[in-house]
Amino acid sequence: MTRLARPLLLLPLLFLALFYVWPLLSILVLGLAPDGTLALEQLRQLFSPWHLNVLAFTIVQALLSTAITIALALPAAWVCVRWSFPGRSMLLSLSTLAFVLPTVVVAAAFSALIGSRGLVNDLLRQMLALDGAPLRLEGTLAIILIAHVFYNFAVALRIITGYWANRSTMHEDAARVLGAQGWRLWWEVRLPLLRPALLAAAALIFIFTFTSFGVIVILGELRFSTLEVEIYLQAVNLFNLPVAAGLSIVQITLMFVLMLVYSRLRQRLPMALVAAQAPRPQGWRQWLAVSAAGGFMLILLAAPLLALVIRSLSGAEGLTGAWYAALSQDVRGSVLFVPPVQAVGNSLFFALCTTAIALVLGLLAASLMQRGNRRWLDPLFMLPLATSAVTLGFGFIVALDEPPLDLRASPLLIPIAHSLVALPFVVRSILPALDSISPSLRESASVLGATPWQVWRQIDLPLVSRGLLVAAIFAFTISMGEFGASLFIARPANATIPVVIYRLLGQPGTMNMGQAMAMSVILLLTCGLGFAVIERVQRAGNGAF
Amino acid sequence: MVFLLEGEDMRTAMTLMLLLALLTSVGAQEIVVTLVTHDSFAIGEDVLAEFTENTGIQVEILQSGDAGEMLNKAILSRGNPLGDVLFGVDNSFLSRALEYDIFLPYESPLLEHVPPEFQLDEQFRVTPIDYGDVCLNYDVAWFDERELPLPQSLADLTEPQYRGLLVVENPATSSPGLAFMLATIGVFGTEGEMTWLDFWSQLVENEVRVVSGWEVAYWGEFSHSGGEYPLVVSYASSPPAEVFFMEETPEEAPTGAIVADQTCFRQIEFAGVLDGSEQVEAAQRLIDFMLDTRFQEDIPLQMFVFPVNQQAELPDVFLEYAEVAEVPAAVSPEDIDAMRETWIQAWTETVLRGG
Repeated sequence: MTRLARPLLLLPLLFLALFYVWPLLSILVLGLAPDGTLALEQLRQLFSPWHLNVLAFTIVQALLSTAITIALALPAAWVCVRWSFPGRSMLLSLSTLAFVLPTVVVAAAFSALIGSRGLVNDLLRQMLALDGAPLRLEGTLAIILIAHVFYNFAVALRIITGYWANRSTMHEDAARVLGAQGWRLWWEVRLPLLRPALLAAAALIFIFTFTSFGVIVILGELRFSTLEVEIYLQAVNLFNLPVAAGLSIVQITLMFVLMLVYSRLRQRLPMALVAAQAPRPQGWRQWLAVSAAGGFMLILLAAPLLALVIRSLSGAEGLTGAWYAALSQDVRGSVLFVPPVQAVGNSLFFALCTTAIALVLGLLAASLMQRGNRRWLDPLFMLPLATSAVTLGFGFIVALDEPPLDLRASPLLIPIAHSLVALPFVVRSILPALDSISPSLRESASVLGATPWQVWRQIDLPLVSRGLLVAAIFAFTISMGEFGASLFIARPANATIPVVIYRLLGQPGTMNMGQAMAMSVILLLTCGLGFAVIERVQRAGNGAF
Repeated sequence: MVFLLEGEDMRTAMTLMLLLALLTSVGAQEIVVTLVTHDSFAIGEDVLAEFTENTGIQVEILQSGDAGEMLNKAILSRGNPLGDVLFGVDNSFLSRALEYDIFLPYESPLLEHVPPEFQLDEQFRVTPIDYGDVCLNYDVAWFDERELPLPQSLADLTEPQYRGLLVVENPATSSPGLAFMLATIGVFGTEGEMTWLDFWSQLVENEVRVVSGWEVAYWGEFSHSGGEYPLVVSYASSPPAEVFFMEETPEEAPTGAIVADQTCFRQIEFAGVLDGSEQVEAAQRLIDFMLDTRFQEDIPLQMFVFPVNQQAELPDVFLEYAEVAEVPAAVSPEDIDAMRETWIQAWTETVLRGG
């Protein structure tokens, strides 16, 4: 392993250099100095009061979104870890499904639910006998935060439960014996123990909401603007590359500094890992806690999804399967028509490629970080997530334009772009688990004669397998939902499910709307199925060790 | 498990190499032209097949984002283009495309069937292919029920009887939104007693609703799709599209377009041969074909815009339900390009951030 390991471990760095650093530098250089000299005139616009305003709003909404998401996910995670109850894994899958939907679709689901003519407003209007809608959330900070919680709840829940489930209850039991109760148990025992997972989740959510785009544009109606939105408007609408590049640098630098701080803050917490078997809840108090958490998650996560399913099944005369049937009919004989089965196939193909690439590179990257250099490497691997999608998309056009790497119009670029975004999630999911493996465990194995390879396979891998499961689910989901730069990649005839949804929504006619909703439900089902398969593979793999 | 992952990684690497080899070897036997276009492009499979049959030229389609993204990518890959023909630059982006000089001039013989008002470049670097009017659409049933007359000019929209009835798109993020903003600039102008910004202030007072894009406006807010607003900024061709995409053909279209003078803005879409193409002649054949009646007659039901070739016949659903604006509001491509940023910023200040 050791002899083999070095070059192998450099693979993720090579990947990052080729498909991230190089395209990014190319576009930034071109942007800042289009004619070879610095475009000072345009760069002066960077320091306008408006941009400071945007920066302030970007930070404030990201902080609020992160704090609210973690605060809400923590009790839910506790319930999911503490007890096993019917529907637990379904709730976990459900939370992740939210993550995959295109913003246009989420916006449609939200407006069906809490829009001014949505279900909630209708109910309130009837109950309070009002004329107008009491809740007016469109274009407010509130709806931006709700949508961010909806999207990121799964990130917090998955990472916290993935970390917590394997923890031994030793410390907690000891604290109890010593008389700690209630909030002291939380404040002095549970939260400090969970710190690595909490920080990891918070870091991801902060980056994710800091670079928020679709939610701000569609649900926030551009009454507010984030740096990411401003970069898009400058780059695409105005073709003002100097300002777009300048703003991109501001965003990337801020994120990098933040990640550096985060890396320092984090402590290693080696502790015993056990495959804990959670008991059933007992007594009405425990059942109440479980039902409250479950009920909250159902309302937050399932209600919008349910609204979507209902819309996909309702026609002018009530219940209908017509939209689903129409998906495979090519009424116009269009050359770009993609039947749903093929779109599902395309999406699955890219998602599997992404999962494979991201898991291999992520495992290697995590191992690389374990051997030191983490202070710089960890933030480095987070950067693709913090980079404006349109900047990177344009970077691909500028940088990858010469054979043998003329990938600009190649379908290969799609899983590559997805993997860039998935890598930080994979690393984040694996690292806390890797960190918590006590070195003495590895040392004992070595002393007993295990080769480094055997140590890795017999000790590290089984212990991180739950982290790997979370990682695989994130990579799969990110690809299925077409996150980040991939939306800015030119596409030959291999439309994925989200692309088909965008195409359908781009044209008038009731049939197109119905079909888009039906396609969204298919996206949800495909992902749900994917999660089930991934969990089964992990369980089977676990049993073999 | 590790072996499995490494195996998959290997396979990925091998597929990568295989694909690269394939990419470089294609082109030896037959001529392939690549048509770079935006995400809203569509055309009949049999139409393209006919072109290949007649000329032996294969067409590959590369969708490259919305119209703005597509053009910017074409500019960024100037000299080493992503394809041979670019389709979908409209008059609001035209001068940017011409300024960066990404096209080779080509004067198609079929231009004789195209009225001169569509031919905006004297050097023939771009060829007009289709046009569409961005107009107010209304919910027929809603207006019938209330016996409210339709607005007949943009100024009418500030009347109290139309308070809270109109939803528009943000010009910063939406192409019809930009077109409608340009219409108001064309009609009210930037100087005088009532400038376009004064008009927008009055629209805000009259409770206009602004959303990010056409999808949200049309699907979420338009009363015909279940929203609250019976007037929406859309296309003159949306009513025939409504009919075309209905399960059963109705007696009357459920929506209509207002095409009164000086209320619409005309978008013309152009195609051009990309500088750096190695298939210039084949690319020119494709431009000819796009202007020919076979392609032109397929345009309406594929992209819901109108053909520029006067010899092309419109499909029934267009003849029956579509109207064309006789006198659309006009702003020159040069002004649009020079002022786009200033105008959008002024609009944003006035409409979204309260002046």
